[in-house]
Amino acid sequence: MKNIEIFRNIFRFIILILVQVLLLNQINFLGYINPYLYILFIIIYPFTGNKSFLILLSFFLGLFIDMFGDSGGVHAAACVFIAYIRPVILKFSFGVSYEYKSVKINKTGFSQRIIYISILVLIHHLLLFSLEIFNIDHIMLILKSTLFSSIFSVVLILSTLSLFNRKGK
Amino acid sequence: MQQIIFFFIRNKNFLLFCVLFLLSLSLIVKSHSFHKSKFVNSANFLSGGIYSLKSNVTSYFNLKEKNNLLIEENARIRKVLEGFKESNLIPELDSLLFPSKYNFIPARIINNSYSKTKNRLTLSSGAKNNIKIDMGVITSNGIVGIIDNVSKNYATVQSILNTKSQINAKLKSSYHFGTLIWNTNNSNIVQLVDVPRLAPVVLGDTITTGGKSTIFPKGILIGTIKDFSLGDDENYYNINIQLFNDMTNLEHVYVIENIDIQEIMSIEKGVENEKY
Repeated sequence: MKNIEIFRNIFRFIILILVQVLLLNQINFLGYINPYLYILFIIIYPFTGNKSFLILLSFFLGLFIDMFGDSGGVHAAACVFIAYIRPVILKFSFGVSYEYKSVKINKTGFSQRIIYISILVLIHHLLLFSLEIFNIDHIMLILKSTLFSSIFSVVLILSTLSLFNRKGK
Repeated sequence: MQQIIFFFIRNKNFLLFCVLFLLSLSLIVKSHSFHKSKFVNSANFLSGGIYSLKSNVTSYFNLKEKNNLLIEENARIRKVLEGFKESNLIPELDSLLFPSKYNFIPARIINNSYSKTKNRLTLSSGAKNNIKIDMGVITSNGIVGIIDNVSKNYATVQSILNTKSQINAKLKSSYHFGTLIWNTNNSNIVQLVDVPRLAPVVLGDTITTGGKSTIFPKGILIGTIKDFSLGDDENYYNINIQLFNDMTNLEHVYVIENIDIQEIMSIEKGVENEKY
């Protein structure tokens, strides 16, 4: 990674945590629906970047969110999991050769992008809510929260991406 | 040896993932037990500082409403006080020596959650204001929760909207008591279970704290009975309670310090030692 890229990632890391804990965790739409925008960090981390480093960073990303939300380690666990399986999802949604073509998320096709983001978000949310609620009696609550929060998150992530997509590049 | 090193290098991502995943799982398990969530909580320098910055800004938005609440409470307390004066039940006392077993510490809520299944709040006062673990937290309208983590400047509260919360509560009109729990469905309705069938349960009755623990004094308001049904074994009532507090809109709270707690603890310990 070049220096500018490193700074951009650090900046993104801090801003996403602050936006998540100060703004998005307070929404509680219809009582329980919150978007989790912060996993955008894991989603747009450079595709060719160091994978071990991404797993480590995701752990700390989740841990910070947990610290602010007093939720133990649920976000950390979910983040580490999606960071680990990200290469598989990338291969699935962008084809086998994504690593050599140096794909950038803003240049990919819209449908491919939606598939990639939705899969990561769904897995993250499902794991997050299962670990947080941790009770098989509340399986409906887990599925309901996963579904609605995922929709909210995916829409927010897509709009954030297109908002910060610089033109001319 | 080389084989082993190669194995580690080849699988370094998987091993790293396993280690971190297990670490987070252990943090989750730790946070599920009441007094052990020490490491990752919002009562620390960083998150407490950021939350109080946020709260300093957002607390202006509903200042008017909060002031009205305080005025209402003052009026209510003044009325009670006048009643005492007129009836002359208690002799004139120096207010500092007033015989109260409880001390009330004011605090401000800087972070409030109510949409999860294990909700916690963060307070802007901590150990330096004499707040300790296991103290009760109330507002002028009713109970909020119990302190479960304390740092120097901040403290976290386990809300009554937490599936781990179990608080002793009773009917105001009689001495039948039960356990206050939350079934996660609605942030304004909690459940009172294990109330004996003999209890005179009537819609709209008031539920207060039972005073059977050292945490809450007797008679702190909780809510009114919304509906009730007999449990599966037909011996106990399950009661839905509409809270007096709007848990989604809290700002100023009081932390209850029980002055006699040391004495009570020591005598209970003595009894327990005798048993074994």
